[in-house]
Amino acid sequence: MGRPMQVARHWRHFREKYALIGGKCENGHVFFPKRPVCPVCGSRNVEEYQFSGKGKVISWTIVRNPPSGFEYYKPYPLALVELEEGPVVLAQLTDVDPEEIHEGMEVEMVTRKIREFGEDGIILYAYKFRPPIK
Amino acid sequence: MEKPVIIGVGMVPVGEHWRVSLRDMAVEALLNAMDDAGIDNVDSLYVGNMASGSFIEQENLGALIADWAGLGNIPAVKVEAACGSGGAAVQEGAKAVMAGLEDVVAVVGVEKMTDAWPSDGTRYLAYAADAEYELFHGASFVALNALIMRLYMKTYGYTEEDLAYFAVNAHANGAKNPYAMFKRPITVDTVLKSPYVADPLKLFDAAPMCDGAAAVIITSKEKAKELGVPKDKMVELAGFWRAIDTINLANREDFLTLKAAKVAAEKAYKMAGVTAKDIDFFEVHDAFTVMAALSLEALGAAERGKGALLAKEGQIAIDGDYPIQTMGGLKSRGHPVGATGVYQTVEAVLQLRGEAPEGIQVPDAEVGLTQNIGGTGSNITVNILRRV
Repeated sequence: MGRPMQVARHWRHFREKYALIGGKCENGHVFFPKRPVCPVCGSRNVEEYQFSGKGKVISWTIVRNPPSGFEYYKPYPLALVELEEGPVVLAQLTDVDPEEIHEGMEVEMVTRKIREFGEDGIILYAYKFRPPIK
Repeated sequence: MEKPVIIGVGMVPVGEHWRVSLRDMAVEALLNAMDDAGIDNVDSLYVGNMASGSFIEQENLGALIADWAGLGNIPAVKVEAACGSGGAAVQEGAKAVMAGLEDVVAVVGVEKMTDAWPSDGTRYLAYAADAEYELFHGASFVALNALIMRLYMKTYGYTEEDLAYFAVNAHANGAKNPYAMFKRPITVDTVLKSPYVADPLKLFDAAPMCDGAAAVIITSKEKAKELGVPKDKMVELAGFWRAIDTINLANREDFLTLKAAKVAAEKAYKMAGVTAKDIDFFEVHDAFTVMAALSLEALGAAERGKGALLAKEGQIAIDGDYPIQTMGGLKSRGHPVGATGVYQTVEAVLQLRGEAPEGIQVPDAEVGLTQNIGGTGSNITVNILRRV
């Protein structure tokens, strides 16, 4: 995981992780991430679905002993965010004071740096969530 | 179909074994179990292990351990179901015996975690989560369980103190188990004053990083008689099953139901012909205090949302209606992840043979249940053991 030669592995996910693109089946069920079989009805007719990025926090924690690779960022808030379309995603919260995080807090998706892989490595970006800019 | 029996058990004390390697521990536990069964060879070996490739850069544990234990050219493989690997390996061994393909099977659960740097260890454990959608975002395993803990507390109005009773009970029992890692009792205050690892989850809500190995020998009743094993040394694997749930916690339909445990327990109860009321003790997977509560609910020992009450009211103590973690559980005995399910099995066998250490023997135990969780409830094994 620490080596830079993992571009392809992350590149595969750029679209969904930069823009929160999930899946929608022929029967209208939406889910994140997109997968080949709808987790609700089992349909295999699934297409991409662009989420609005709006949601609310249903649970959160502060990661104080992170997995290696994330030491630089600690402590950081991690949350389960229920999107307005229904599915729940796990993501970091950003631009927020940990004291202000509360259950039901409205948040919106932003694209942010997740981590770096040293001097000659790639930099990973993906969705995080922040309180909406009024 | 004829139920298999366990005729031998062995283990090494759980701890930080700086001087001992994975192979040393596994072979010692395995030979102890073979000695206990009074046999000098087995037909095959199943190794429960979660992440030896990551922790010590060693895979192919089937060959490694069978070779070093001098078992000859037998079939030997590793069984992996994250932290639930040990319980799953016991089931694979039992299935081979029930199928009649292998007469006498050895199952070893082993994990060597302290050879890795702690933050790397935290990373390896998170490999049991969804790498692309959980670990990618910096989720540790503790963090995922903390998210569940907060939801559990909020939904049912529990406090951090309410959940601390699970850790207190585990340590009270583990203090009397010579094989436990932490042989000292603690108080609710000890838990509450320990630092947050991932709020609201504290250090003493969680099981430790550690090393350990445990083993059992499984065979048919017929073969056991042939080998001259006395009846009071046989423990029947009366019912067992396992099931999966979403690997990604965020995709779970219901964050507060261990659906996989529920499904596995229903099938195992049916196979054993018992209900939750018939179980004399439960070895549940308390890697985190909240998981003990959710497990009791999924196994039918408590109603939904009432699991934590059993701890607070003392019903989970040795003399309570639902004794759990009789030898310390994951919290106090220790949680060498891939070995844990086999430790639980060994402990259940000792309880049912009446050989548990003084002070933690459940009186007249007839039926025991072990439940071993992989992931955040994504891969769960339930085994029911009964005196023959």
